[in-house]
Order: sequence, then C-alpha cells, then structure tokens
Amino acid sequence: MSTAPLLSAVVFWLTAWAFNEWLVRQHFRSHAFQRIARAVVPLLFGVTLLVLWEGIVRGFNVPSVLLPPPSAIWQRLVTSLPTLWADFRQTFLKSVITGYILGCGLGFVVAILIDRSPFLQKGLLPLGNFVSALPVIGVAPIMVMWFGFDWQSKVAVVVIMTFFPMLVNTVAGLAAASHMERDLMRTYAANWWQTLVKLRLPAAWPFIFNALKINSTLALIGAIVAEFFGTPIVGMGFRISTEVGRMNVDMVWAEIAVAALAGSIFYGVVALAERAVTFWHPSVRGGQA
Amino acid sequence: MDRENFVLDRLLPVATVVLALVAIWYVAAVFLNAPFERDTAARAGTTITFTEILPKTMAQERPVLPAPHQVMAELWDTTVNKAVTSKRSLVYHAWVTLSATLLGFAMGTVLGILLAIGIVHNKAMDRSLMPWVIASQTIPILAIAPMIIVVLNAVGLSGLLPKALISTYLSFFPVVVGMVKGLRSPEQIQLDLMHTYNASSAQTFWKLRWPSSMPYLFTSLKVAVAISLVGAIVGELPTGAVAGLGARLLAGSYYGQTVQIWAALFMAAAVAALLVIIVGIAHSAVLRRMGARA
Repeated sequence: MSTAPLLSAVVFWLTAWAFNEWLVRQHFRSHAFQRIARAVVPLLFGVTLLVLWEGIVRGFNVPSVLLPPPSAIWQRLVTSLPTLWADFRQTFLKSVITGYILGCGLGFVVAILIDRSPFLQKGLLPLGNFVSALPVIGVAPIMVMWFGFDWQSKVAVVVIMTFFPMLVNTVAGLAAASHMERDLMRTYAANWWQTLVKLRLPAAWPFIFNALKINSTLALIGAIVAEFFGTPIVGMGFRISTEVGRMNVDMVWAEIAVAALAGSIFYGVVALAERAVTFWHPSVRGGQA
Repeated sequence: MDRENFVLDRLLPVATVVLALVAIWYVAAVFLNAPFERDTAARAGTTITFTEILPKTMAQERPVLPAPHQVMAELWDTTVNKAVTSKRSLVYHAWVTLSATLLGFAMGTVLGILLAIGIVHNKAMDRSLMPWVIASQTIPILAIAPMIIVVLNAVGLSGLLPKALISTYLSFFPVVVGMVKGLRSPEQIQLDLMHTYNASSAQTFWKLRWPSSMPYLFTSLKVAVAISLVGAIVGELPTGAVAGLGARLLAGSYYGQTVQIWAALFMAAAVAALLVIIVGIAHSAVLRRMGARA
C-alpha cells in the first residue's frame, strides 16, 4: 500500500468538496457566471470521482484484473478505437437505432389505431402496464432462436421492449386534451383527423417524449443483453462477455465507457428534441428561466 | 365503482384481449411449428396433410413456439409435481431469484431515501449529485451486470450479494427521483407554518416532509421492485449461476428447451406481478392509515 496517491486523491476530494460548497453559496452578478458556476459543480464532482477512483486503485494496489484505474482504461480506449467502432456500429447503429425506431413507431401507430375503440383501450392498457413491469428482457433467448445470431434478433428484442412504454404513454397522452378544448374543436366542426393533428397530438407530445426517453436507455440495454445469448463475433455485448472471460477488464471498461457515452448522447438528443417540440410546456419554460 | 362497472369496464375488455392473444398464439404455434413436421415427413418419404400436421404442432418436444397448454403443463409439472427443494422445481429457482431481488430492493430503497434526504437538505449535494444520479442510469448497467458478478466473485463475494447489488443499483434511481420530488412536495405555506411553530428541521422532516412524500415513495417503489427483479434475473445470466430464473433461461437457450424458457418467463411474470401487487397493497394500507380516502 502506497500512501502518496491515496493521500493526494483524498486532499483533492476535500478541496473540491469545499470549493463546491463555497460555489453553491455564491450569487454572481452576471448571468453567464451563474450559468458557468451551475455547470462547474457537477463537473467537478465527476472529476473528483475519477480522481478518487484512481487514487484508491493505486493506493491500495488493487490488481487491475478487478478494477483498472481510469488512466489505464483511457489508454485502452484510445489504442483500440477500430474494434470499439466496429462494435458500436454493430450494436448501436444496426440493432439499437433500427429497433428503437420500429418499436416506438409501432407503439405510436397502434395507439392511434385503438384510439377510436374505448373497448380495446380498456383491454390493452392494463395489459400494457402489466407488461411494462415484466422482465421483458427474458424473451432475448427466444428471439435469438427465431431470428438468428445477427442483428435482426437484437432488433426484435428492442422492438418488444420499447413497444409497450410507447403504447401506454401515447394512449395516456391522447387522452390529455381536456373536454373544454375538445368541445371547442367540435364547435369549429373539426373532424376526428383535424382534432388529432391540431389538438390532441400536440397535447400528447410530453407523454410521447417521456416514453421516448425511457426507451432510449431500454433499447441500449436490450440490444447489449440480447448479445449475451448468441451473436456474431462483433458487438458490444459480445465484447463485454468475451473480454470478461479473458480477464481483459480494462477493455470491458472501455466498452462500458463507450456504451455510457452513447447512451447519454442518445438521451440528450431526445431531450433536446423534446425542448424544441414542447417549448410551451411549463417544465421546459421553467428550466430556461 | 360498483360491481357491474367492474365487469364491463375492466374484466370484459381485458379478458377479450387476453383470449385474442391466446388465439393468435395458437395460430402462430401451428404456422411456426409446421415446417418441422413437413421436414420430418419429407425425410420419411411421405407427404403429410394439414389436418395431420395440426395436432402434431401442439405436442412437439422442442417446438419453435410451444403451444400455451404445453407451457401451462410444464409450469404445473415443475411447480406442483416437484418437491420445493428439488433443483428441478421452478419454485426453488423463483425463490433464489426472489431473495436476491428483495435484498437488492431493500438496499436500493434505503440508499435511495438517504440520498434523497441528503439532496433535499444540502444544496451542494443537490447541485453536484443530481446530474450524476441521472447520468448513472444512462449507463446500461444491465449490460455490465455479468462482469460485475464475475469481478465480485473474484473478490470472494458470491451467492446472493452480487445479484442484490445489481438490483440495488437499478432500484435506487426511481426512489431517489421520486423521494426528492416527494420531500419537496410540501408547499411553502406549510413550511412557513412549521417555521412559526419553531419546529426544528428534524421535526419538519418527520412531521411534514416525510408524510407528504409517501404517495411519491410508493409510486417509485412499484417501479423499483419491478426493475430489481430484472436486475436479479440478468445477474444470473453469466456463467457460474446454477440456480434462479435467469440461469433457467440460459440453460433453456443452450439446450433448445423452448418449453422450459417459456415456463421460466411466465414464472418471472408471476413473481413480478406478485411483487407489484404487494407494494400496491402496502401503498393503500399506508394511505388509509394516514387518513386518505382510498
């Protein structure tokens, strides 16, 4: 056990903590400063976590088979970019994006289709809610059996996982427009289609984006876990499971870093789209003020 | 809601949809399993008519899609006909998964509530922790669950705890988000009232914030308990796990035992439903004790 890295990490941690405590109590005159201060606090916290991790791993001489330090992971990530890119393309671009679009689109279309039948809604909604609570990921082995090892089976898993949250949220969203507003549309002699496009869909956007956000993380998880059940020799899930077997833990962490980055960016893009589309919603307006 | 309404509004539509699904399932089973029968017949040098295929598709050993009654038979066989302690009993496997789920769920709930209390009471924690709590969920933890299990095994932690840790990680998030919202749900006017009573912040917490956060807590708990079951199942997937619903799924997929996979899936669904229902009952019980109209 060497004390120098450990000690410096702890010192860094305490300093950063104190700085954060000081920073949140400050009130800057200028708007820009206030904004920067808001962004710096969580960033500093993240950096502190990394420094602590590095310090603890080096300080206690944790074998890198168990937990490699962030610097080693970074080195690995930089040196094996081509492999990571191939895995990313197989898992994210082929399985996740295709499945996400198909699943969300299907859920949306079915929700619109059953919109005119209260009977079907009453029947499907409880089931949809129920399925959302189920470990849907368990269908992965069956899908691999049906659709083969390549990305098609992963797409199928992602479609099943994303379908029900989308269905339930869209149906709830389409019911969100109030009676008053619907009556107004009726006095305008608007038909069902016009009411849908001009009133009920805009009112449903917050719900739909809620589902899109939930699904963005679900889709990635579904695709990666489905790869544990059989895959060609490329893909993030495949790489994770084989490199664990070969005890190349730094490669696994590099893959995880890529997955986390992809997941965060995916979520961020959906959240940005939400801001653009539902600019009128109180939660968005409140966030910008 | 009176009884007639319940039948018309809930039971009838749901039953219709379920029946339709079962019917679709049977049709799909016939079409997916028929090629196998045709191949067998072709290899034997005979031709086979559709009426001959029909019953055979319902009783294959390793069907592409087992018929519903086959799954039910397997479920009945592995839950009722086997001793609970036997390794072939689905009840035994379900219990292994359930115990990890419950332990992880309990730890996740406690961790989530503690974090939420810290976030509500400390401004620095709020600013620095909250973005990372959200970011932590964009990491596909389920995807790295097997690795965490393997690593923890290497440290000497094995059995229940590693799986429970996965469940903890997954279940603390909904609890944090829900509880932060819940603990902040008292309105300013109520907080001011506590202030005029000269209540300490502990008193404000126990008498105002905590009770008013209960509806939020239980809503999050429903999500958390479902997701921690998923965590426990995925935690069982890596090599080494010999018991549990996840191990059952994996074994089924290795040996092509489709009926076994479907039975394990249904068992998992039943466990999930049971857990959510229990949380729901606790929810309404607590709310009733607090004087809310059910």
